[in-house]
Amino acid sequence: MPMTDTIHKSALDRDPDDLWEDSRAIVNIGPTHPAMHGAFRLVAKLNGETIEKSYGEFGYTHRAKEKMGENRTYHQYIVYTDRMNYVSAMINNTVYAMAVERLMGIEVPERTIWIRMICSEMSRVIDHLVCVGINAVDIGAFSYFLYGFHEREEAYTLIERLCGARLTTSFTRIGGLMADAPEGWEKDVKAWVKRTRKTIDEMDRLLTMNRIWQKRTVGVGVITKEQCIEYGFSGPNARGSGIDIDLRRDQPCMFYKDVEFDVPYATEGDIFSRYLVRIEEIRQSLNIITQCADRIKPGPIWCEDKRVRIPDKDVVYNTMEGLIYHFKFFMTGFEVPAGEAYTQFEAANGEFGFYIVSKGSSKAHRMRVRGPSFWHFQALPLMVRGLKIADMVATFGSINVIAGEIDR
Amino acid sequence: MEITDIRNFVPTTFGDWVPKFGELWKTQISALRHRFGENIQETRMPPDYPTDVPIIYVKKESILNVLSFMKTDSTFEYNFLSDLTATDESIEPRFELVYNLFSTTKLVRIRLKVRLRDGEEAPTATAIWPGANWSEREVFDMFGIRFAGHPDLRRILMDIRYVGHPLRKDFPLKGYQIFTEPELADPALLEE
Repeated sequence: MPMTDTIHKSALDRDPDDLWEDSRAIVNIGPTHPAMHGAFRLVAKLNGETIEKSYGEFGYTHRAKEKMGENRTYHQYIVYTDRMNYVSAMINNTVYAMAVERLMGIEVPERTIWIRMICSEMSRVIDHLVCVGINAVDIGAFSYFLYGFHEREEAYTLIERLCGARLTTSFTRIGGLMADAPEGWEKDVKAWVKRTRKTIDEMDRLLTMNRIWQKRTVGVGVITKEQCIEYGFSGPNARGSGIDIDLRRDQPCMFYKDVEFDVPYATEGDIFSRYLVRIEEIRQSLNIITQCADRIKPGPIWCEDKRVRIPDKDVVYNTMEGLIYHFKFFMTGFEVPAGEAYTQFEAANGEFGFYIVSKGSSKAHRMRVRGPSFWHFQALPLMVRGLKIADMVATFGSINVIAGEIDR
Repeated sequence: MEITDIRNFVPTTFGDWVPKFGELWKTQISALRHRFGENIQETRMPPDYPTDVPIIYVKKESILNVLSFMKTDSTFEYNFLSDLTATDESIEPRFELVYNLFSTTKLVRIRLKVRLRDGEEAPTATAIWPGANWSEREVFDMFGIRFAGHPDLRRILMDIRYVGHPLRKDFPLKGYQIFTEPELADPALLEE
């Protein structure tokens, strides 16, 4: 009997379920896989191409930021904050400055708050553009990504004009800002908003009703409203599942009470819902930026509090006291009164918070960072269960997990 | 927590939710005291104490009951676990577990704390919030606090072969532990 016949016969005799039983495999994806954005690892047990069970791992870029928070002064810690969520660094700077100011009871001037708000919302737009852009690249829509990235680069140019850096900004100071916005900056921001609005509409027309995009995203990577609460979801991922919570509206800080914006939410909890929420949030953020740029007025950017104010350069160079004060400020730092506070803000990915415990010295007793991605990544095995590998990649992109924020 | 330097204790404005939520917090704490009695060890209210939200110290044995009561009861509804972490106080009882809770319906926050001696086990909150799983793993990784009944208590940020718990105050700031072999996938974690 020829060999081929034997094979055919044995294949036919087999129970099809047994055939699948044999094909189970454990596949390791990451930490340096292009589909895992950042150094993440997902170990999946596959049945054919279907993920039966998986678990995620991270910590490959752990930089001991919480330990550093206990061993650096409050001023020195600013540079550590923008390496957390490096896609929207300005939000981290702002939240950290707010957290320390809250502990010290410092009121910052209006102009500083408006600039911080513009920067936060610009970072949010950048973060969402990156998220939906990369998500679309993962699924195969490459040109869409380029539209978004053009506006992202323009936004980075505006941020560069503020502080000289594009990605790791370190722009805020406790009680103020590194520098005032240059002349005409608000006008350029408004021009950018106008262009970006047009681009968003274009991107919307290009992708949202696209049949392939919808087939890949509708009903994929679903997480329900109840699961969202159980797993600590916040931000656009929670709003994609129908949780109508936005800390900018519900626990307002800065001047979010005074600007008008809507909080979009979708109910399905799949990739498509999260995508729609993000696109709409970009539009709302652009609205906020316009309102801020309209209301910003010239004025001081530093608070009056002498404890945190960095001395002016001509005082430092021309007076002995100024030089001593400058030296003391940067070497020993200022003391924060004993107390503890959890300061939270609606970052691009969700609730981003600093829980600072101070014992009255110039270094924190405990510097805890609550990153939203930590909680989102935890639920990934739940969301991708029973999906194909390609859908796992799409789901992973849609929850926008940032390695720097998880690993800290 | 003792205030180390009384000169530093200036009444700050960071208890800025007191006018809005002060009454609610008071009724909630008296309800908790009424229900749990001795198990509520101590409460610290803003603005008398420098904190932004009330801190409630709960005995370790009843923390799960308090958490699940606060999650479901209609006067509390703290259904969202904002953060779970710990602090090292360097004196006995050495550790404090910190639960930062948020109510998505009442939009108010509160903080629960549990005092733990060195080497003492804490009960796991994963039955109440499945999302507490990784936070508790992080607390174990960073402080060495073990959680009784936790489904998967492994290190999370550090390598599984790492020795020591970095966020303890007596952990050295400098030093190396080098692992050349990769951490392999564990098939046991993929069992049903």
